[in-house]
Parts: sequence; C-alpha cells; structure tokens
Amino acid sequence: MHSKQVRRRRAVVAALVVVSLILLTAYFGGSSNNPLHTVQRGVVTVFSPIQKGASVALSPFRDIANFFSDTFKAKSQVAGLRTEVHALQAKLAQAEYAASLNSQLSKQVGLDSSDSIASYRPVTADVTFRDPSLWYATVNVDKGTADGIRMNDPVTGDGALVGQVTAVGSNFSIVTLITDHTMAEAAQVEDPGSDTGVLVPAVGNPNQLVLQDLPRNASVQTGQIVNTVGFKAGQLQDLYPPGIPIGQVSYVGNDLANNGQVQVTPVADLRHFDVVQILTAPHAGTARAQLPTG
Amino acid sequence: MSYESFRLPLRLIALAFLTVVIQEAAVSQISIFGTSADLTPLVVMAVGLLAGSIPGAIMGFGVGLLVDLLLFQTLGVTSLLYIAIGYWSGRLRELRDPSHGLVPMGVGAAATAFAGLGMALIQFLLGVDSPVSFLLFQQIFIAVLVNTLLALPVYALVKRVVEPTLPQDPRRRRRRAYTTGGLSPLQQSRTRLGPTPRGAR
Repeated sequence: MHSKQVRRRRAVVAALVVVSLILLTAYFGGSSNNPLHTVQRGVVTVFSPIQKGASVALSPFRDIANFFSDTFKAKSQVAGLRTEVHALQAKLAQAEYAASLNSQLSKQVGLDSSDSIASYRPVTADVTFRDPSLWYATVNVDKGTADGIRMNDPVTGDGALVGQVTAVGSNFSIVTLITDHTMAEAAQVEDPGSDTGVLVPAVGNPNQLVLQDLPRNASVQTGQIVNTVGFKAGQLQDLYPPGIPIGQVSYVGNDLANNGQVQVTPVADLRHFDVVQILTAPHAGTARAQLPTG
Repeated sequence: MSYESFRLPLRLIALAFLTVVIQEAAVSQISIFGTSADLTPLVVMAVGLLAGSIPGAIMGFGVGLLVDLLLFQTLGVTSLLYIAIGYWSGRLRELRDPSHGLVPMGVGAAATAFAGLGMALIQFLLGVDSPVSFLLFQQIFIAVLVNTLLALPVYALVKRVVEPTLPQDPRRRRRRAYTTGGLSPLQQSRTRLGPTPRGAR
C-alpha cells in the first residue's frame, strides 16, 4: 500500500516535469506561428476582458500603495528637479530656435520626413497586467489589432520610449519593455558628435541600460539625452521613429575608453506607468530593420 | 464521484486563477524597494504545506502554466520551478509534519529564493545576450525579504480556503485533541475505566 502511494506520487511528479519540459522545448524552439503560440494567443484573447476588469477593480488598492512610495520618492527629487528645470528652460529656447531652423532648411533641401514621429498615429492603451519577474519585462495592454496595432509597433509612455509590441491579438497586445533581456535598440547621444550605439538592458537592474559600441573617443558626458536613431534606407526602415527620448547618460567612467560603453538611466519610470501610446501606421517601408538580439 | 471529491480541485482552480489575476493586475504594479512581491510561489508553497506533495505539485504546475500563458512567456519555465516548490513543501509536511507557526515564513522565503535563482539559471541556460548586473542578486534578496513578510498572511488565507475541503489527517487530529486538553491520555483512561475506587487511592 505504502509503496503504491510512493509510486503514484513519483509518477505524478515525473509526468508534470516531463510535460513542462516538452512545453518548454516546443515553445522555445518553435516559430511565432507554431500551435503553442496560437493557443497562448487564444487564451489571452479570452482572458483579456477579465484582465481589464481586474485591473480597473484593483486600481484603488494599487493607487493607495503607490501613493506612499511616490510621495517619498517625490520629496527626495524636488531639489534636483528644480535645478534641472532652470537648466532645461535655457536649453528649450535654443532647441526651439534650432527646430524652426531645421524645419525651414529641410523644406529647402527636400528631406524625406515620412519616418518622423509626426507621421505615426498614436493609440492610447491602458496597462492591464505587468510581469513581476526580473527576467521578463513585459506588460499587457488592452488594445490590439482591432485598433490598428501591429507587431513591432513602437510604444511610448511617461514621455519616452518604453518598448515595442511583441505579440498582438484582437483585443490585447504584449509590450516588451526596453529593460527586457531580449531587447536592443539603435540609439544616439545628444553630444556634439551625435554618437550612435546599441542600447541594451543590464539584466537584474531595472533602472539601468548600457549603450554599447560607441566610438572610444566619443565626447559623451553624464546628463546627455539618448534618443532613438530612426534611419530609413529605401524599403528598409528602423522600428522606431527618430528623436524619441530613451534615457539619460548616468555614468561614463573608464568603460567608454576601454569598451566603448556608458550607462544610461531610462527617462520613463518603467515600473509605474499605467497608460502607454502605441505608435501605429504609417509603415512606409515594406521591410523593417531590427537589431539582432540572438 | 460525489461533489465532495471535487471540492478540493475546484477550490484550488479558483485559488490559482484569483492569485494570478490579483498578482499581475495589482501586486506586481506596486514597487517595494525597487522590486515587487510575488504571491504565486507563496500560494503554491501554502497549498503544498496544507494538502501534501501531489496537490502541491499539481497546483505548482497549474499556477506556473497560467502565469506563462497570460503573460506570454516561454511556456513551461515557471511550471517547472513551481512543481518543485509545491512538491517539496508537501514532502516537508508528509515527512516532518512541522507544527511551528513560523514554518510558512521559512518555507516561503526558501520558495521565493528558489524561484528567483531557478529562473535566473534557466534563463542563462536558454541564453542571455545582455550584460547581467550583480544587482540581480540584490533584487532577488529584496524579493525574498518582502515575500517572507507576506508568507504568514498568505498561508492563513490559503488555509481558510483549502482546509475545510481536506480529509482529516489522523496524526493531526490526535495532536490537536491532545493539545487542546480535551482528550489527554489520563482523561481517556479515566473515561475508559470509570471512576477509581475509593480504597485504591
């Protein structure tokens, strides 16, 4: 009797482990069109209204808890932000003049601006689910293909780039954040040389990114803004339009001279935003470029 | 098959679904020292401690699969980790039958640490292209601390849901009866033998 129970227990656990391993292997090795992805998409589509309802119903609890942490955080930031506002006001005047000059010159030269952010149609979406783990930085939002959203659409929130759409159903989208270990973006520093590199996350630290592949003699300094590059070459177009802020250089050190990399802090508070804007259309290019991630 | 035999599975299914929804819709959006609490390993641990190794392992598989499905993650990763948490929590109950009130805290901390480190290990095995910060271990440590504080209330809630449907365990029934003073061995013998004769004192 006892040995029968032991055998039964071991058989159940072994069966569960084997099923998990089969799922893992089939999912990991399969393409985005394999049956497991389709089933997963179907399940999320069915549960999406429940996710949305639960998110709305539980928002008061969330808001109360976040009120306290936000208040303490805000108090510690006041002095620094006041100084920053003064510095930015001076920069704004210069930037507005530069923008107006740029607009005039672009018209004279006949530059193609079809890939600029102004040509995209933003769709506002609410965050319904958020992954708590350190490895999967993803959020579920309540808009999908019915609202014109497509795979790889760029997503902004809190005034900056937060990620891109990596899975989409009729009434939901999965947004993978820029801090997810599968993400990498071409990025440009607002320094005199407009140096470009590849921005990747630092796994384990949700508040840090690493800008790699910079020229070792780049004149990058702490505090400079890092934006999307947004290139377009014939039919090939970057996933992101140019000029969306991503982060701010937080540490340069010897890493720039030795390895061509600097540390960047995301502009957006990636753990707190509740609303995002998904930039849909115009998709002028028929092929979209993405940095290799694997 | 009576309704009674379905009560525990039905309650576990409802518990798993509610846990995942509350976790992803609310708890994971509340930041505590830069990280979030994770109720899911705590609930799996509590089910294992209360119901045993097989229900614990099945609950772990179910909760893990639901998390992976709803968050569009690689299927099977979370299930694999949670099966181990549910199974070993259940084995702890079956082998040691721990009665101390703080046991859920210790097991909850161990379950959270196992989930965090196990996820890191699996991700490394699957391949990570980005640089990995040492802060990963700090974040796992903070998550363990936060979950340790939450383990007792979560265990108490799960106990309220699960315990009425559990079959009575003879060992537990005997210990409970003894500790409440209602059926001590002395009282039992007196009841069995009747009043002691006056001359025997």
